[in-house]
Amino acid sequence: MSSHLKPPVNEKDHSEGTAEATIELVEYGDYQCPHCGTAYPVIKKIQERFAPQIRFVFRNFPLAEIHPFAVDAAIAAEAAAMQRKFWEMHDMIFENQASLGTGGLKKMAAAIGLDMEIFESDLRLEVLQAKVEADFESGVRSGVNGTPSFFINGNKFDGGAKDLYNMLLETSGQTLPKH
Amino acid sequence: MLQKGELAPAFKLYATPDQQFSLAELKGKNIILAFYPADWSPVCSDQMALYNETLRFFSKYDAHILGISVDSKWCHLAFSQSRNLHFPLLADFEPKGAVSKKYGVYNEAEGESERALFVIDKNGIIAWSYLSPAAINPGADGILDALEQLSSKK
Repeated sequence: MSSHLKPPVNEKDHSEGTAEATIELVEYGDYQCPHCGTAYPVIKKIQERFAPQIRFVFRNFPLAEIHPFAVDAAIAAEAAAMQRKFWEMHDMIFENQASLGTGGLKKMAAAIGLDMEIFESDLRLEVLQAKVEADFESGVRSGVNGTPSFFINGNKFDGGAKDLYNMLLETSGQTLPKH
Repeated sequence: MLQKGELAPAFKLYATPDQQFSLAELKGKNIILAFYPADWSPVCSDQMALYNETLRFFSKYDAHILGISVDSKWCHLAFSQSRNLHFPLLADFEPKGAVSKKYGVYNEAEGESERALFVIDKNGIIAWSYLSPAAINPGADGILDALEQLSSKK
């Protein structure tokens, strides 16, 4: 199904890069998904290669039944965002996917310098669970069919991170359609 | 392939090694039939694993989902346990593909069901159907749009 991002990128999203960027890349990802782990360094490469024209947004799509730590990890990253360290936590988790688990997440939070008392109390905030759930629902309504799923300027991209990189290389120089 | 407005053909298939499931058991509910080629496709992009996570959205519309493939009941049991699935997988196994054929979604060349979706309303009428390319997981958005339309008609 040809699918569009619903809702569009907004102030509730975590993003890297500026709103003026011509390429808006949205990933629906699961911190415990091995394919998302493989995509992570490729996305970094895309961000380096196409800066400053690229804006990257990450939305949560935890597949809880097959990845028991996916929801905890998503909430941990949202809790880090409360201390303005979402991307530090996002990167830390993907770089240490093998040590996911409750203890692992706490170590990661400490390693990026979070105030641990605030972090542990924020983990219980309903608003963070609601954010993760809202991301998931928006993914379902946008046609996300697995993780990672990518959207370029609001349109679903049918392919993995490497296909995405190659597509961007091919179309660079040309303007991408905005929405 | 059966289309919107047609009556959904009745059937009875094994849902577990010792239990058969008939479509009539869900009379008065909305029903989603998800035909798919085979158990054991790659995990993270697996269609059944996705629907397992979207059951709560389906239930908002009083809709029950059934997965159907030509795999045997024992294969379904192992697959379902490995993915922790919370909805039935039906074995269109003997005679092979009979129900898939009734719905017009049997691929003779592969000997498998096509990847096809049907939303059936509470009166047993097909409200929406969709044939996906076999390699592409169609996601859940089309199903939810169809269920939303059904509930807004009332």
